[in-house]
Amino acid sequence: MKRLLLAAAALTAFPAAAQTVAFTNARLVIGDGSAPVEDGTVVVRDGRVVAAGRGVSVPAGVPVVDAGGRYVTPGIFAGFTRMGIVEVDGVSEANDAGAGNTPFNASIDVVPGVNPRTSAITLNRAEGITRAVVAPQARGSIFAGQGAIIDLGADMDAVTKPRAFQFMEYGETGASRGGGSRPAAYAMLKNILFEVRDYARVPGSFADRGKDALLTRADAQALVPVVNGQVPLLVHVERASDILTILGLKREVPALKLVLVGASEGWMVAPQIAAAGVPVLASALADLPASFEQLAATQSNIGRMQKAGVTVGIGMINDDEARQARLVKQYAGNLVALNKIPGASGLDWGQAFAAISSKPAEAMGMGTEFGSLRTGRRGDLVMWDGDPLEIGSAAVRVYIDGIEQPLITRQDKLKQRYLDPKEGVLPKAYER
Amino acid sequence: MIRTLIGVAAVATLAACTSDARPKSASSDAPSRNPGKAYDRNPYPSTYRAYPGVPTLVTNVTIFDGEGGRIDGGSVLFRDGRIVEVGQSIAAPDGATVIDGQGKYVTPGVIDVHSHLGDYPSPGVDAHSDGNEATGPVTAEVWAEHSVWPQDPGFSRALTNGGVTTLQILPGSANLFGGRSVTLKNVYARTMQGMKFPGAPYGLKMACGENPKRVYGGKGRMPSTRMGNIAVDRGTWAKAQDYRRRWDRYEKDGGEAPTRDIAMDTLRGVLAGEIIVHNHCYRADEMAIVLDMAKEFGYKVGTFHHAVEAYKIADLLKANGTCAAVWADWWGFKMESYDAIQENLAILEREGACAMIHSDDANGIQRLNQEIAKVRAAAKRAGYDIPEERAWRWAAITPARALGIDQVTGSLKPGKMADVVLWNGNPFSVYTRPEKVWIDGAMMYDALDPKKRPVSDFELGQPGEGDVK
Repeated sequence: MKRLLLAAAALTAFPAAAQTVAFTNARLVIGDGSAPVEDGTVVVRDGRVVAAGRGVSVPAGVPVVDAGGRYVTPGIFAGFTRMGIVEVDGVSEANDAGAGNTPFNASIDVVPGVNPRTSAITLNRAEGITRAVVAPQARGSIFAGQGAIIDLGADMDAVTKPRAFQFMEYGETGASRGGGSRPAAYAMLKNILFEVRDYARVPGSFADRGKDALLTRADAQALVPVVNGQVPLLVHVERASDILTILGLKREVPALKLVLVGASEGWMVAPQIAAAGVPVLASALADLPASFEQLAATQSNIGRMQKAGVTVGIGMINDDEARQARLVKQYAGNLVALNKIPGASGLDWGQAFAAISSKPAEAMGMGTEFGSLRTGRRGDLVMWDGDPLEIGSAAVRVYIDGIEQPLITRQDKLKQRYLDPKEGVLPKAYER
Repeated sequence: MIRTLIGVAAVATLAACTSDARPKSASSDAPSRNPGKAYDRNPYPSTYRAYPGVPTLVTNVTIFDGEGGRIDGGSVLFRDGRIVEVGQSIAAPDGATVIDGQGKYVTPGVIDVHSHLGDYPSPGVDAHSDGNEATGPVTAEVWAEHSVWPQDPGFSRALTNGGVTTLQILPGSANLFGGRSVTLKNVYARTMQGMKFPGAPYGLKMACGENPKRVYGGKGRMPSTRMGNIAVDRGTWAKAQDYRRRWDRYEKDGGEAPTRDIAMDTLRGVLAGEIIVHNHCYRADEMAIVLDMAKEFGYKVGTFHHAVEAYKIADLLKANGTCAAVWADWWGFKMESYDAIQENLAILEREGACAMIHSDDANGIQRLNQEIAKVRAAAKRAGYDIPEERAWRWAAITPARALGIDQVTGSLKPGKMADVVLWNGNPFSVYTRPEKVWIDGAMMYDALDPKKRPVSDFELGQPGEGDVK
């Protein structure tokens, strides 16, 4: 987010103190798992939270918004998406999520594909999503490439952190990308790790064997920070036994910073995940044996993992993740609903909200920057017209880095045009 | 008992369309001849049997009756598989189980007009991919019921999490004429016939737009364009008219039986008004063309499915008496879904067009109540406040009408099937789940009783067997 430019360009209503604002009289949600507090205040100065809670005083000169008792929360941190790199999934020219015809894999970096003007960014911003994990899709290898953390601001600088992680497929998709079986995918993985070590030892002597190589020089280079533990490795994995296989990688490469994605059967091996200290970006409502690696899928998965001590946030994989990050709010609310079903394991409201704010940020190793209103975090916050996890509640004000954001979408304009569908004195094309 | 009645009614309807429609005029000089033998319209009949229930009275509960009515603090009584009474206060008959519904809601069971459970079952492996006979653009001869796998674990999720009691299983949308649909009771059975909704008319799945032209254009054959879609449609309807003429004449006057064509049987059924057209179609302009095509060939489009641009032509749909079955918030996954808006269903409702919610998704079918809540909220922000009880029609009487089963289900009117959901809170809240579901008065799900949670054969002995899901 380029603060100054945006302030001048888009937000004439808040020209001077655009990155400084306070909300008072709020039902304040910190986002760390705690329950909302009444009559809360949050102060954002120069784009960062300086204080939040009850009895916080607002320094002189800070513009104040009276929330009138409404919810004020951290912006939603979307734990796993393909937002910003896809305009229309089914239109290949407008879909930069994956590439099937390139020799490069791990070195692919989503950043050149990120378009801050995609409709999905505008739409999800209007729904209170402020940051997102953006991952490439794996096509030619188990390694998909390097993903980014983006903000959903209405400026042209969306990328908060480029090359924030590497994304890898294991399980059924990994087997398919790795040659046709899990053992083949695992052999590919091990070989790549050997090659990366070779490369890391003496980069200059690593011969690029071109298109026929199992690992190009660029891919090897991209994986060095993964092997060194400087960049997290996100692994899509669903089956309990596959999760254990991936956790076992840490024996081979102790520095690996693993994050599991999907993890439908995570609850079956939750103690092992917790013991390994590996966080999870889990699918929330996958409850069908949609594949043989998801036979034990249940909506109680996240609740059970959380109770076992796993850091778990909600992510969306193979679930309209290019456009529908907004659904994580509904998903989190559904996890609260489980508490009324005997035998199910849900989250309480505070935990559920954390699963779409601080938890996914922590899973990405960015909990000190995003996902809550604790002091020092980015000034990403949202005021809602109701309970943000309840169906139909709307974001009424959205701030990113302390800057208020426009919330009008293309869909709003279509709606305005067609609230009365009949044509008037001129064709619809003249109405706007 | 009600099963029998419906069976009789259906048979009577079919008869009316064939033998009764036998005026004496015929061709002027023809001597009186013996009528031809009609082919069997129902060769795979329903064997569904309602399971036993106990007389049940739910008291002190908020009721949405499915037709727009609401009673706060009311009571619902059902017995012998049927709704007996709905009112403010009902005395408990002897032997009735009484459930205190304080803080809870009762609705008719959710009806999903668009599902692929059974024909695209879980697990979604190639061996289970039975929804699209994508080997030719015109496959009116296939029947979805011949693909339905009654062990699909998805039926149980739709029941326990979604309160779904009736659903239409459609062929996919690869083809212009995708084949016949089947309507099911959401009660597990060993056979498809055991789930089949007694007396429900068949539907014909049609598709316009991107899918057929992509699938067949990609194979280098017709259709590869939207104009190709309509051309193949028209050619097919023209043949169907001819087929219908020949068979009508034969069934009336006898003589040599025309060659039987299973695909044309279905289209003849549509032209005769026995089979309801369910047309997958996204764009407003294409729906308008299909409506004219239906007039050209003398059939009616019952419901446009998906219909993401229905809001642009709400008045036209109303004038044609054609329904739209839509999602709340799906958008942008392909070009023809680009103009989706959350107010689609609400605009249709306000314009007086027939509209309903649908899922087309094994996960989405578990939350159609929440999808309606999204539409209500969006409508309210747009200045159109739709009462909850009115909105519930979109998952109740409206889809029942679209399926031609509204005389027997889709609302809590006395005499109808006791397809009933007790929700543990307001069903438009994200915090609410079904607590109990009855189908034909039999309790098929109880959140409080693990033995009342169905487990399909596929899930037996698997990790997570019998879990809450």
